[in-house]
Amino acid sequence: MGDVILTMKDIDKSFPGVHALDHVNFEVKRGEVHALMGENGAGKSTLMKVLTGIYTKDSGTITYEGKETEFHNTREAQDAGVVIVHQELNMLGHLTVAQNIFIGREFKTGIRIDDKKMNDEAKKLFDRLHIDIDPTETMSNLTVGKQQMCEIAKAISHEAKVIIFDEPSAALTEAEIEELFKIIRDLRKQNLGIVYISHRMDEIKVITDRVTVMRDGTYVGTLITNECTKDDIINMMVGRVIYEDPKTESAVPENAPVVLKVEHLHAGKMVQDVSFELRKGEILGFSGLMGAGRTETARAIFGADPKESGDIYINGQKVTINNPQDAVKCGIGYLSEDRKRYGIVVQKTVAENSTMACLENYMSGLFINKKAEKKVAEEYVESLATKTPSVEQLVVNLSGGNQQKVVIAKWLINDCDILIFDEPTRGIDVGAKNEIYKLMSRLADEGKSIIMISSEMTEILRMSDRIVVMCEGRKTGEVKIEEATQEVIMNLATRDIN
Amino acid sequence: MKKKSSIFTSQKFIVLLVVIVLFTFFSIVSPNFRQYSTMMSILNYSYYIVLMSIGVTFPLITGGVDLSIGTGLICYSLAGGYLITQKGWPVAAGLLVTVLLGVAIGVFNGVLVAFMDLPPFLTTLCTCMITRGLGSVFSKGLGISWPAANEAGGWFRSIFRITTANNTMIPIGFVLMVIIVALMAFVLNHTRIGRYTIAIGSNKEATRLSGVNVKFYHTMAYVISGFFAGLAAVAYSAVFATVQPGTGAGFELEAIGGAIIGGVSAAGGVGSVEGSFIGVFVICLLKTGLPFIGLQANWQQIITGLVLIGAVMVDIIKKKRVEVH
Repeated sequence: MGDVILTMKDIDKSFPGVHALDHVNFEVKRGEVHALMGENGAGKSTLMKVLTGIYTKDSGTITYEGKETEFHNTREAQDAGVVIVHQELNMLGHLTVAQNIFIGREFKTGIRIDDKKMNDEAKKLFDRLHIDIDPTETMSNLTVGKQQMCEIAKAISHEAKVIIFDEPSAALTEAEIEELFKIIRDLRKQNLGIVYISHRMDEIKVITDRVTVMRDGTYVGTLITNECTKDDIINMMVGRVIYEDPKTESAVPENAPVVLKVEHLHAGKMVQDVSFELRKGEILGFSGLMGAGRTETARAIFGADPKESGDIYINGQKVTINNPQDAVKCGIGYLSEDRKRYGIVVQKTVAENSTMACLENYMSGLFINKKAEKKVAEEYVESLATKTPSVEQLVVNLSGGNQQKVVIAKWLINDCDILIFDEPTRGIDVGAKNEIYKLMSRLADEGKSIIMISSEMTEILRMSDRIVVMCEGRKTGEVKIEEATQEVIMNLATRDIN
Repeated sequence: MKKKSSIFTSQKFIVLLVVIVLFTFFSIVSPNFRQYSTMMSILNYSYYIVLMSIGVTFPLITGGVDLSIGTGLICYSLAGGYLITQKGWPVAAGLLVTVLLGVAIGVFNGVLVAFMDLPPFLTTLCTCMITRGLGSVFSKGLGISWPAANEAGGWFRSIFRITTANNTMIPIGFVLMVIIVALMAFVLNHTRIGRYTIAIGSNKEATRLSGVNVKFYHTMAYVISGFFAGLAAVAYSAVFATVQPGTGAGFELEAIGGAIIGGVSAAGGVGSVEGSFIGVFVICLLKTGLPFIGLQANWQQIITGLVLIGAVMVDIIKKKRVEVH
């Protein structure tokens, strides 16, 4: 390890209502791989966005190569040698590898683009990385792993001195990860500073020299990787915060009937052999880190995405769910994590959204019975305490919490007994959150069964009767609320699959 | 944002004002324009565009488009007319075939768009070409003259206008249009087909995840469009003496233009049948009126194009405002 190339000190950043970074410290040395870890929303990405000029810091200093610096945009950061290899690849599929690498700064002779020179230069980059990719190949013909190599090549073509890898292994196969590590070790030897953001504990142990842990926008500490254990890191990630009002025992009797049983569900890479049971009146928490496959599992059960195999039983009866229509007929309602895209039709009224899933019950012959529709919508506005001037109001004008209530009303009006809440309080303020929690508890008491997918530990520990933990498309464990602690859950959520 | 937009700020109302202003302007400037016979001919030549416009409003609201209605209209009219004049079919049967052909092409478009996920623009562009060729095939390349008003079987021409003994015309077609507009406005606002048409245009995925049979209702929008292209073919046959194969391209643009002027959002999710109805008259008035003040057809197209750009801009500005909100 060499000298320090980059230091971020006392970095502070607030967004309206959120203190995203609270005096965070971070440094990278030449020739080291430095892991940046933390739960979802700990502030890792925000910190890197501040570094590369996507966000402006409120206070603090960034020292790069001995000089205090502030990049105003990614271009400036790139030119100075600080580049990010993104998790989602920003590649133009129809162009060649070389054209992608040099997009925006093509070599030219006169006004003609010099493709030959670009191919030669790209070849040199690949040679430096010891990888074998044909620069004239069309990008979309490459595997995801190879595309990522191209991103790395693009990064070092900027004369990078610091490279940030944002969850680089998420989409890669085992063999590709091996190759990635070889490249990273190579870059380390060439004295580059490398930031490695990942959730995978095993990778951290293998590839990194130091680990910095963040939690809730604060800096927790920095450890030397081979002097610490996985548990040390997890303890730093979850902290010792006393969570508000956790549930201490399950409200569901042991012998409550099973309303939903899922067996050996497979749906793509993100849902691998998932089995679980949901009991009447139960809130079953689904915990895991980003990309654990929880939403994908829910969508597969609901028929929103195709499944490859697996059986679903409702009240002991085997059912076939090929599309959302089938699921709705089975009494399943799905509240998407992305309300605006998948949950509601924002330009329609509260009443129209409310009856969307069961309009056939509000028809007089061929015609929509708007009176009945209005009446039932008003009924649920009252019982869910939705704040809206009237049911004729367009949903776009409601707050996040109240939009969520409209979606809940939609499924309750359809008489769904099984409700899947996917991140039910995302983007909702604290007061409204409590209301949604109360509402979920009430629904469970009334005998509805709820699957609650949540990335917030507080929410999981406060609401669930039982917790299913997933990691990389597999169920890694099931925890009764009586035995659940953050450490137990985090351990399962970062469990090494192999 | 206000709770409910007042009628005076709604696009429909503004467009209605535009229609009145245009009408008044042409009437004042040109004495020939304010003749009863001119009024009647504006109405006569508007019906087929009005009908196409009502129909195409549905695919437009889903966020798609139907370009096949113009050449389709000619194709259906040629087929029906051929059966009547060459094969001796009763007029009523010929009319039925005309309309059903429209429905068939609508089903074809709908299945390709909704079930096969083909882009609506390309799909209907292809059916536009297909129907143009098919029309010539049906009529063996010849123009078809449907029976004239005074001939046997000419009764269908009086669906849209009645000429009394002293040679005054009564435009009952207009009354018919108003009834059809009211009916389809009801379908759009008060039936499941209408509700889901708007829902698909606003957020297709959210609609699907609500358990709605999106593919079926998406198809239905094109079926309605095809059905109305069939009705438009009847109106066209009733107004014009002969129907020529190879024509019809461009009719759809007048219908779609009318709908957009009338407030249908180019991005889908927003629109009304009555708006499209009023919008068509802006186009019809420009088409008929401009020659009366000495501007020829070329100018009519240029001005119509500019008016359309204006209407689309209004739509985009409205949408930006909602996003800011």
